[in-house]
Amino acid sequence: MKFGVIVFPGSNCDHDAYHVVSKHIGQPVDFVWHKETDLSGYDAILIPGGFSYGDYLRAGALASFSPVMNAVKNFAADGKFVFGICNGFQILCETGLLPGALMRNADLHFVCRHVNIRTENTATPFTSELEPGSVLSIPIAHAEGNYVCDDETMNTLEENGQIVFRYCDESGELSSDANPNGALSNIAGICNLDRNVLGMMPHPERACEELLGSNDGRDIFRSLAKAVSMAGAGV
Amino acid sequence: MKAKVYVTLKSSVLDPQGKAIQHSVELLGYKQIIDVRQGKYFEISMNQSMTSEEAEQAVEKIARDVLANPVIEDYRVEIDNV
Repeated sequence: MKFGVIVFPGSNCDHDAYHVVSKHIGQPVDFVWHKETDLSGYDAILIPGGFSYGDYLRAGALASFSPVMNAVKNFAADGKFVFGICNGFQILCETGLLPGALMRNADLHFVCRHVNIRTENTATPFTSELEPGSVLSIPIAHAEGNYVCDDETMNTLEENGQIVFRYCDESGELSSDANPNGALSNIAGICNLDRNVLGMMPHPERACEELLGSNDGRDIFRSLAKAVSMAGAGV
Repeated sequence: MKAKVYVTLKSSVLDPQGKAIQHSVELLGYKQIIDVRQGKYFEISMNQSMTSEEAEQAVEKIARDVLANPVIEDYRVEIDNV
């Protein structure tokens, strides 16, 4: 089992992601520079948070044209696992691997704090170790996390269980007060139809140690590691 | 040859930045302003080896694939032959 963490100019959560995979999941992991075009040695790719290309044009827009993203598209088309966090989610939307777009937060502020998210679907490779409806405390740190899509896409997401996480209060209730950025339907994370690509704005890699205020993020990485090992065993 | 590309948010998409600008404009006393929408403007220069048809096709594609995100934005291209 091998993980790759893509590094763009301006990525800044790459070391956090690497640390979590190597320390908490205990799996081999490489940094993969954005000019790489061959991902054949990897079983799962993480696209980390940060400000790739300084968020020029639109957050994630220029990174989606980096050479490695063609390889990521093929990697995802082969059914392998791709996990984008924060800027990684923005890049996956810009690339078209996930539907919709992430716009400027409704209140225009950069928001950096712990939020609660509710697990909406545990039948994904990223959430199998979570209880349905479980509430996770995970930090966010973004200015463009306001998820939007058209009504047709929204219906598709709902019908296919592609909404994986929603912003909620401590008890798991959805409300506009619990929505930190104005995201449509409190969406914090979605997956693709085949469920092998996940994007989320909150940072689970920053919530894997009690010392950092929460270790609720660990189960997401544990789920992914389990899915990778099952895929490797041909299950 | 020069191309001008205007990228604007789709009318169905809320524009919080435009709203904030509108509010500031109102503070200046312009109570008649009822809406402000923010967009992006690009100038693209090309060498003379391109015909205006080629330029238009190229810039259309650049606008569609790079400059605008079709999920949330519309674009308009103008080719300036000067």
